Amino acid sequence: MTAITYYPEPRSRPLAARLSTPQVWGVVMLAPYLLVFLAFVVYPISYGLWLARHPASYVALYNDPVFLRAVVNTLIFLVIGINFKMLVALFLSGFFVQSRAWIRWLSVLFILPWAVPSIPTILSVRFMFNPEWGVINNLIFKFTAEDGPNWLNDPAIGLTLAILVHIWKSLPFWTLILMTGRLAISTDMFEAADVDGANWWQKFRYITWPSMRTLYLTCTLLSMIWTLGDFNSVYLLTGGGPADLTHVLSTLGIRYLRLDQLDLAMASIVCAMPLVLPLVYFMMKRLSR
Amino acid sequence: MPTLREIGNEAKLLLIGIPVLIWTLIPIYHMFLFAISPKQDAFAGKLWPDHPTLQNFRVVFNQQHYFLRDFWAQFGNSVVIAVAVGALTLVIATSAAFAISRLRIRGGRAVMNLALFTYFIPAAFLAVPMYRTMGTYGLLNNHWSLILAMVTIASPYAIWVLKQASDKLPLELDEAAVMDGATPLQLFRMVYLPLMLPSLVAVGTYALLLAWNEYLYAFLLLSNDADITLPVALGNFLAADDSPWELLMTTGFIYALPPAAVYYAFRKYMVGGLTAGAVKS
Repeated sequence: MTAITYYPEPRSRPLAARLSTPQVWGVVMLAPYLLVFLAFVVYPISYGLWLARHPASYVALYNDPVFLRAVVNTLIFLVIGINFKMLVALFLSGFFVQSRAWIRWLSVLFILPWAVPSIPTILSVRFMFNPEWGVINNLIFKFTAEDGPNWLNDPAIGLTLAILVHIWKSLPFWTLILMTGRLAISTDMFEAADVDGANWWQKFRYITWPSMRTLYLTCTLLSMIWTLGDFNSVYLLTGGGPADLTHVLSTLGIRYLRLDQLDLAMASIVCAMPLVLPLVYFMMKRLSR
Repeated sequence: MPTLREIGNEAKLLLIGIPVLIWTLIPIYHMFLFAISPKQDAFAGKLWPDHPTLQNFRVVFNQQHYFLRDFWAQFGNSVVIAVAVGALTLVIATSAAFAISRLRIRGGRAVMNLALFTYFIPAAFLAVPMYRTMGTYGLLNNHWSLILAMVTIASPYAIWVLKQASDKLPLELDEAAVMDGATPLQLFRMVYLPLMLPSLVAVGTYALLLAWNEYLYAFLLLSNDADITLPVALGNFLAADDSPWELLMTTGFIYALPPAAVYYAFRKYMVGGLTAGAVKS
């Protein structure tokens, strides 16, 4: 886009005119955000990096089995969890663009997990899986007369459930985004493909996918960045337990903070930066165009 | 008469639709079921209680339990903080977007990039240094700490959405107003704000819901029982083993209703104003 300036070009004028009224007003109107940015982004980040300057913190982190476990859990969450979620969202977006009245009604209900706050629903799931009183083990006992598994006290099941809770919450949002991508594709192409006798896979492979590929990739990366900051799904479901085996990086930082090990908290966040910064850089390139 | 092929197609769609419906509703229905069940029914694993009751709501509203003794104070905190964050974010983001997009202030693009950078830092990572900073500023356990933290988190995206929307307004409008001798402030008040109204509604709602739903920052920055917001109070139920789960689910249900209602009421704006801007392909 070309910038059309209708106010006098500031650079070529003497100083008095350069501080023209619109520019002064612009500075005044930008000032509140800049103040917030300096006070609550620049200062905390600089201070945090300063706290994380000792190499000893990183040695301590490396020797903490909880940290290594959290890194592995985070990678599982991102690589398996997010890709699975996006594939399901891609599939469901194809389902929800079908024009049926009942599918339109279903899509209104389908948004509910996104519209309601996550805390009560996560607690609801946590209660469902309570080994003694939860409804799941009650039903298992009713039908098999045997005790069900100790769901959230098993690290593998606990992490899986945390990932599923995350998916439950954010699947509607991504499905909605991918739906707008699908709806943007011209129907002429599908009609032409029908005439040529293409099957559904060929239609997906040669029409849908090429026009959705960029959107899909952007969504996946964005979802990965946001998921790195997903504290609630893990913290409120398993609390990082049992034995600190289900922590992810976002809950681990808060765990160190609660243990008053602020340098370790910041160091663990710095360790996540090689993962975060490339994603952030890529997203900024895409969005600031 | 539908052909066999059409019936098959419909059956396939139902085969997807029904599991999706069940998957979506189970956690919410589970919560609702507990909210309307008397304590002894709730744990029986029934799909519908024998004697549905509103007793749990009465207990919550009258604060008749140890965990609920500050319910109304906490509800009020949530409302005040959400409204303050919505209003402050609107003021800060609207004026910033106006300065960047309409006044075309120099360096505006750089500010936009800084804001986007903040938007992409995972919120849980910023929480640790933010907690420490709020301590330095002496704002811990003060509602302002949470309000300012949430404004920090909400405004980058708000500025970005508003800038995208205001770039679409024709420049001729501004030119005409300037010809007529309008000052930038008049331009802002009389031309810009009225035209941006739909986006302002979307952004205000976004910030309001973000603050109402926030758990992590509220949990770190506020700690006195009378100062905390509802989600933190819900999390505190977990502190005891003998938590009254039916009351927890009832409180959670009450807490979840307002944002769901706001979301559905403004769905038109939210979908048009926010999701379209969320991911530009």
